[in-house]
Amino acid sequence: MASHRHSDPPSDPALRVKALESLLTEKKLLEPAALDALIELFETKIGPRNGAKVVARAWTDPTYKKRLLSDATAAIAELGYSGMQGEDMVVVENTPAVHNLLVCTLCSCYPWPVLGLPPVWYKAAPYRSRAVIEPRAVLKEFGLELPESIEIRIWDSTAELRYMVLPERPAGTEDLKEDALAKLVTRDAMIGTAKVAGPSR
Amino acid sequence: MIEPANLASTPGLPKDRDGPVFAEPWQAEAFALTVKLHEAGHFAWAEWVSYLSREIASGAPADASHAETVYYLHWLAALERLVADKGLASAVALAKRKAEWHEAYEATAHGQPVVLGAKHHHDHDHHH
Repeated sequence: MASHRHSDPPSDPALRVKALESLLTEKKLLEPAALDALIELFETKIGPRNGAKVVARAWTDPTYKKRLLSDATAAIAELGYSGMQGEDMVVVENTPAVHNLLVCTLCSCYPWPVLGLPPVWYKAAPYRSRAVIEPRAVLKEFGLELPESIEIRIWDSTAELRYMVLPERPAGTEDLKEDALAKLVTRDAMIGTAKVAGPSR
Repeated sequence: MIEPANLASTPGLPKDRDGPVFAEPWQAEAFALTVKLHEAGHFAWAEWVSYLSREIASGAPADASHAETVYYLHWLAALERLVADKGLASAVALAKRKAEWHEAYEATAHGQPVVLGAKHHHDHDHHH
């Protein structure tokens, strides 16, 4: 249940960029698709990508995992990661019985301090509406086919609450150390549109 | 994509081995806007560099914690000035559009896509 009733406006510079972008594309001085394509190249270059390290710590330290699932904001800060703007983090765990998927109808609701830049599809209208209505079909398009027996839970981010998925640790990684595990964790796995694949070799 | 010579000639650009880095999404958007406007022939990169340098020389913005944020606040101010000087979008039009976006966010219930021109037709007593 969201406690606020309207959408919190982005920061001043973010609004100024939106103003530039919308005016210039309206005047056809810029092509939106070309702009998105360039921004997409920087997806992995924005913000400290700490989410993967949080996941790897939770996989290797059961007491940390417990803290992460009960108070994610504090557990993430424990690793020295901050940069959130007052909103709380909630981490939801994937299990053999439950698969979690994040969505937000607003592009500003994304935990970029832990996940980096939201992918373009995450901000696109079809994902935002269909993830809620037909998550199984959406996941299938991402190449993730889940049996009917697995429950899918959808988490709609708000301005005050940001979610992150704690994916399942893949089989065959029992010998891997935390650093190596963190390298396996992808952004999509922490959004819930993918599972973490085991080591390729 | 971005010409390496242009990247190299851009003063103070925060980057790692692979290219520019950003502290927040709007910074990448401001960067991409500038590159695309240049590629569309609206200004030469050297001209952009002179605007950016002038802005950087004007002193640090008061409110910024990250080095990238300080840098991109300069970047954004320089871009707004260049766009106005080139007659692409005036300062007045930009300020007006920014206010419209602000209002659109205020007028949109969470969970709805934010679009310009949204009026306060969402009942403020309504619960999700």
